Amino acid sequence: MSMIEKTREALLSLYPDQVAASDDPEKKEEESAQEEAAAGEERQPGVMITDYMTRGTHLDLLCEADQVVAAAEIMDRLGYFLEAISGVDRIKEKKMEVIYDYNRSDEQACRVVVRAFLPREKPEIPTVSEVFPAASWHERETHDFFGIRFTGHPYLVPLLLPEDADFHPLLKDFKP
Amino acid sequence: MSVPITCRPDETFVLNLGPQHPATHGVLRVKLTMDGEYIVKAEPVLGYIHRMHEKMAEAGTYAQFMNNTARMDYLHALAYNHGYCLTVERAAGIEVPERVEYIRVITVELNRISSHLLWWAAFVLDLGGFTPLLYAFDDREKILDLLESVTGSRLTYCYFRFGGVYNDIDDNFIEGTRAFLTRLRSRLPRIYHDLVTGNIILRKRIEKIGVVSKEQCRRYGATGPVLRGSGVCYDVRRNEPYSVYPNFDFDVPVYEEGDSMARYMVRMDEIEQSMRIIEQALDQLPEGPIQAKVPKILKPPEGDYYGAVEAARGTFGCRLVSDGTKTPYRLKLRSPTYCNLSMFGEIAEGMLLADALAFMGSLDLVIPEIDR
Repeated sequence: MSMIEKTREALLSLYPDQVAASDDPEKKEEESAQEEAAAGEERQPGVMITDYMTRGTHLDLLCEADQVVAAAEIMDRLGYFLEAISGVDRIKEKKMEVIYDYNRSDEQACRVVVRAFLPREKPEIPTVSEVFPAASWHERETHDFFGIRFTGHPYLVPLLLPEDADFHPLLKDFKP
Repeated sequence: MSVPITCRPDETFVLNLGPQHPATHGVLRVKLTMDGEYIVKAEPVLGYIHRMHEKMAEAGTYAQFMNNTARMDYLHALAYNHGYCLTVERAAGIEVPERVEYIRVITVELNRISSHLLWWAAFVLDLGGFTPLLYAFDDREKILDLLESVTGSRLTYCYFRFGGVYNDIDDNFIEGTRAFLTRLRSRLPRIYHDLVTGNIILRKRIEKIGVVSKEQCRRYGATGPVLRGSGVCYDVRRNEPYSVYPNFDFDVPVYEEGDSMARYMVRMDEIEQSMRIIEQALDQLPEGPIQAKVPKILKPPEGDYYGAVEAARGTFGCRLVSDGTKTPYRLKLRSPTYCNLSMFGEIAEGMLLADALAFMGSLDLVIPEIDR
């Protein structure tokens, strides 16, 4: 079983009700083919296989904010490392997005994206820094730029911005 | 009347290393809690040269941001050009002509050699050896001259274009590069290795110092020579081949020890591998156009994209979120030493201050790239 399949199956355990439905391989292909067609519609939580050549990633997981720690634990168990965390301010949809990029350092190339949406007026998400210490700085940076609160983070003080900074420059409505 | 100074044996004090300190090579500050000469706790304080490149990306067109990419890691600027170009080309679906890919590989690898030479010079300088710096700068100067002749600049290159490069390489450049490789190949063993690598003082300073395990690398997301010095064979050029790297025969140097010496050896071996790649690329260089047909104003389709390249210090990644307009909606820049430095606190604990500086030098920090 390829690493992509293995990871996909492990991540599907976050969605007990979807496992049975997507075990059928034909259905899976259908799903990835529908990816482009469904771009306009709201995406449902779940794992999606993406085309590496056009997207640069192999798997894409959309989950709830409280599932990111469980997802990180799965990735940790499978030997992934956390490459980056980025925030996106989706001001039109009144949402914030947090994107976790996972990668692995052996010959089985597999890049996994884990993403979660948060309400824009109260952006809070649990920290994954207990699973991956690498997340500590990435989360501090994301907090600097977007004001996203990573609950449970041991030291959420400005990292790149001045220590008394009370502004979040990457918000789309930021006025200098 | 004097008050006698009393000191408890378990007393610690706080020592600020930086933001202006010759060993940090830029404006990095490390807040150290010291017990005598030993480090109890080390906390890097960043942001002294933070310029908010990610916000600048959202203010202009895709092409306008190309200049900024060279100003993060100014020592390996072309890899950053490449990483950004690659991501935007992937998003916009641009096919790159083959000659362009070869020119890109040649210039990126030349730049990698110059970056490693400068690291080598600065690292040995940190440890108290001044003379090697002059040899390394002599060789590096040759590379800067070569790259200046094609890119027009000596340090912060803005040479790549979406689907092309700014300037074709000519016979002068090709001959000059071959002459340079011959020269460096004869100087590497004679000067670099005989003078420095085998030097007992250097070895005593960096062997078994700053040992980083494979697991620590994974937990902190370390990449590049730091990861390869810890025995993990990971190189983006090999693991996720991009551009025309699959056409070349080269090795990925790996050392198991995980100490500063291992990282030193990885970089020295990489210089040789880069020379091999350049030679093969010059031999195989195809004829053809140096620019694909690309619309003047790029509007990549909506969606998000990721692109990664192997820079001199590790994986440089770009996450691009496009909303279908002419400006990037969001551009996240993942810089390698940012992650490599994040483990400094854990490794430096319990180290002698002088050893921690040798360890820091072996991480090859470029501060503008950490702070972005």
